[in-house]
Amino acid sequence: MCATCGCGSDGVRVTLVGAGTETHQHAHDHPHEHPHSQAHDSAAGIRTHTLELEEAVLARNDDLAAHNRAWLDERGVTVVNLMSSPGSGKTTLLEKTIAGSTRPVSVIEGDQETLYDAQRIRAAGARAVQVNTGSGCHLDAVMVRRALDELAPEHGSLVVVENVGNLVCPALFDLGETRRVVVCSVTEGDDKPLKYPHMFGSADLVVLNKTDLLPYVDFDVERFESDLRKLQVGIEIIPVSARTGAGLDDWQEWLTNV
Amino acid sequence: MHELAIAESVVDTVLRRTEGRPVSVVRLRIGRLSGVVPDALSFAFEVAAVGTPLQGSTLELEQPQGEAKCRDCGERFVLHDLILLCPCGSADVEVVAGRELAVASVEVS
Repeated sequence: MCATCGCGSDGVRVTLVGAGTETHQHAHDHPHEHPHSQAHDSAAGIRTHTLELEEAVLARNDDLAAHNRAWLDERGVTVVNLMSSPGSGKTTLLEKTIAGSTRPVSVIEGDQETLYDAQRIRAAGARAVQVNTGSGCHLDAVMVRRALDELAPEHGSLVVVENVGNLVCPALFDLGETRRVVVCSVTEGDDKPLKYPHMFGSADLVVLNKTDLLPYVDFDVERFESDLRKLQVGIEIIPVSARTGAGLDDWQEWLTNV
Repeated sequence: MHELAIAESVVDTVLRRTEGRPVSVVRLRIGRLSGVVPDALSFAFEVAAVGTPLQGSTLELEQPQGEAKCRDCGERFVLHDLILLCPCGSADVEVVAGRELAVASVEVS
């Protein structure tokens, strides 16, 4: 697959869920050719010369992310990139977010397989596009571009991207989002920030979920917050329980002000 | 395993810039704070290069160390990990090097 531009037979599927028949969208219109010549012979005797390239490896993704950002700005659309390990409660948090939001919300769901999460979002009352990455471990700017084309978010609305559950890879890929939010649940352990510093270090906000379970697990909230501040001294942290609703007002307020 | 996606981006970048000419060496600058594992990237590069003019080429990695600048005392210091702490005790520091992820140059014939 071509993970940089997301094209070709890369196994990525983009599905608008709940539109009667689920439509699959694969097409993209940018030209993309890989010259495939014979492998060269690097044996001695062949004169070579150095070509300075000095190009960022992720330049293409970053360019596309910038394009997404400009497109979203023009429409007054706010995008929150929600990242976490699998099972932290992102989808439950989103279900509650949709129910309590004062502005329209739509969701781009990223998972390797299934339409489960998009169906849950749809049932919660919001429009949802499912991106299935196949073997891919993160969303990139092209996948989000394709999903935005399917989603066509309305002016002034909020789009939440629920990234593939993974505390490593998604940190490196700019999607064109307005803000990055990392969700961590108390059942995962208080040691996660320093174990996954790239992810937590790139967050604009950390939501600590499942706080209703704090009496039952060995999770030291002070240590968690102190470790986060070693990565980002001014990081904002909002404790919530998506299940009981505790702290969700603070979360909604944060979203309103993004 | 984002190193595969990174390796594919490297191959795409080199192919676009060298227009199909045979490539014998690819030099990357991968900062020690970039979040990319050099061994995993080298492995993924071999796979990503198959069937292209980069197949069999040598991957050379320069790995600049992390450096930070303290916003409180102004000191510039080496950063071994992403724990942003200046020797002066301040955590208000800015990473100024070590996040590089670039194709520096290639050897073409």
